[in-house]
Amino acid sequence: MKKSILVILSLALLCVTAFSQNVYFTKGGNIDFLSKTPVENIEAVNNQVVSFLKTETGDLNFGVLIKSFKFKNALMEEHFNENYMESDKFPKATFKGQITNLDDIDIGNQGIYTANITGNLTIHNVTNEEETTAQIEVKAENIVAISTIIIKPEDYNIEIPDIVKEKIAKIITVNINIVYELYKK
Amino acid sequence: MKKHIILLLLVVIVSKLSAQDIDDLMNSELSNEINYTSATFKSTRIINSHSVEQLKKQHLDFRISHRFGTVNNGISDFFGIDKSSIRLSLEYGITDWLMTGIGRSSFNQTYEGFIKVKILQQSTGEKNMPVSVNYFACVNEYTSDFVNTDLENYYSSRFSYIHQILIARKFNENLSLQLTPTLVHRNLVETVLETNDLYAIGIGGRYKLSRRIALTTEYFYSIRSSRSGSDYNDPFSIGVDIETGGHVFQLMLTNTSVMHESGFISGENNDNFFNGDIHFGFNITRIFSLKK
Repeated sequence: MKKSILVILSLALLCVTAFSQNVYFTKGGNIDFLSKTPVENIEAVNNQVVSFLKTETGDLNFGVLIKSFKFKNALMEEHFNENYMESDKFPKATFKGQITNLDDIDIGNQGIYTANITGNLTIHNVTNEEETTAQIEVKAENIVAISTIIIKPEDYNIEIPDIVKEKIAKIITVNINIVYELYKK
Repeated sequence: MKKHIILLLLVVIVSKLSAQDIDDLMNSELSNEINYTSATFKSTRIINSHSVEQLKKQHLDFRISHRFGTVNNGISDFFGIDKSSIRLSLEYGITDWLMTGIGRSSFNQTYEGFIKVKILQQSTGEKNMPVSVNYFACVNEYTSDFVNTDLENYYSSRFSYIHQILIARKFNENLSLQLTPTLVHRNLVETVLETNDLYAIGIGGRYKLSRRIALTTEYFYSIRSSRSGSDYNDPFSIGVDIETGGHVFQLMLTNTSVMHESGFISGENNDNFFNGDIHFGFNITRIFSLKK
C-alpha cells in the first residue's frame, strides 16, 4: 500500500519535472527599437519583456506592455502611448510563433544555433505573420536568443499625420535580446 | 483500492496542470503587471492652475503665457489684444515625482517659486489606485509699489503662500477630472473684511475631442464669510489644448488676466465672466529633454 503511494507520488513528481525541464522563460527580456530619419532618431527600450520557449515543440511566445517602452524624451513617450499605439485601448503586443527548424537545434548540447521562426505578431490590435531568424546560444545555465525584425507602422494600422511624417521612419528596426532561464513554478 | 483511484486521479490532474499551455503562463505573467495611468492632462496646468501632471526627470519646460484685455471693448483695443499681461517661467523635473519652477508675471510684478510632489499615481492591475494625488506649494512675491502708502509697509507684506492638494482621476481615455482643495495665505490683504487665510476648492476637467485636441475647464470656489456685494469674482475659464510635436498650446477664455496662484484664486482683480468681461489668452510650453 505504502509502496504504491510512493510510486504514484514519484510519478506525479516526474510529470512536473518533465514539464519544467522543457519550458524556458524570462520576465526581464530586452526589446529596443529605432526609427531613423534625417530629421531625428527615435529610440526606445523595454526591459520587461515576458517570453516563454518550449524547447520540446519549439513553441515560442512573447508579451510586452507597450507602456514599458522607455524613451529619453518623456514627451515622445507620451505621444507614442497616447497618439500612435493607443496604449490604454491596446495595452500589449504579443508574438505567438514557432521554431521551424527544430531538428537543427540540439538544446541538450551547448553551442550556437540559427533558428528560423515564423509566427503571428500582434501590435495595436492588428495581427500579421512575421518571419525572422534568431541566433540561439545554449549555455550551461541558460539560453540566449538574439534576433532582429523590421516592422512597418502602416502594416499595424498606426496612423502618422502629415506634419510628423518626416520625423518617423517608414520602417522600424526592432532588436530582441532574451536570456531564457529554466521555468520553475 | 479506492485510495489508489483517487491518487491516480490526482496524478492525472497534476500532469494536466503541468502541461498547461505556455500561452496561459504568459497571460498570468502579464496580468501581474501594474498599469500606471498616464496623461491624465496634457500639460502641467489645466488652464491657470496646476494639474496632477509632473515634468519627467531631467526635463526642462519653458512656458510663455499671455492674457489679454477683455474682448467686449471691441475693435477699439482690438478685442483686448492691445492690453497684454505676460508670465514667463522655467520649470524643471528633478525626479519623476518632484518638480520645481520659478516664474515672473507682469501683473503686480510678481515673482513666484513652487514645488510640486507626486504622492499617489492612479493605476490598475496588480496595484489598484483610483486617483492620482499631488501636493503643490508656492510662494508669490509682489514687487510693485504698495498701493496704500499711509500704512507702514513691511517687506514681508509682499508675500503670499499657496498650498494645494491635487486629486485627479482619469475616468476613461477622454475624460479626466480634478478636485483642488486650496489654502492661500496672504501676509497683507486689501481690506479689513478679508482674512489672511483664504480657503478655496477648485474643480477642473478635460475632455479629449481627438488625439491631439482637448477641451478644458476650471473653476475655483473661494470660501468667504460674506460673498454678497463683494467685488471678488471666482476664476472661471474654458480652454482648448492643442498638441503639435514638442509644443502644447493652451488657448483659453477666462475672467482673469492674473496668472499667479494667489492672485487669481483670491479673485481681487477678476472680472465677471457672465457680464462679458472675458479675456482671451494662451499658454505655450516647450519641453526640452536634458537626459543624456
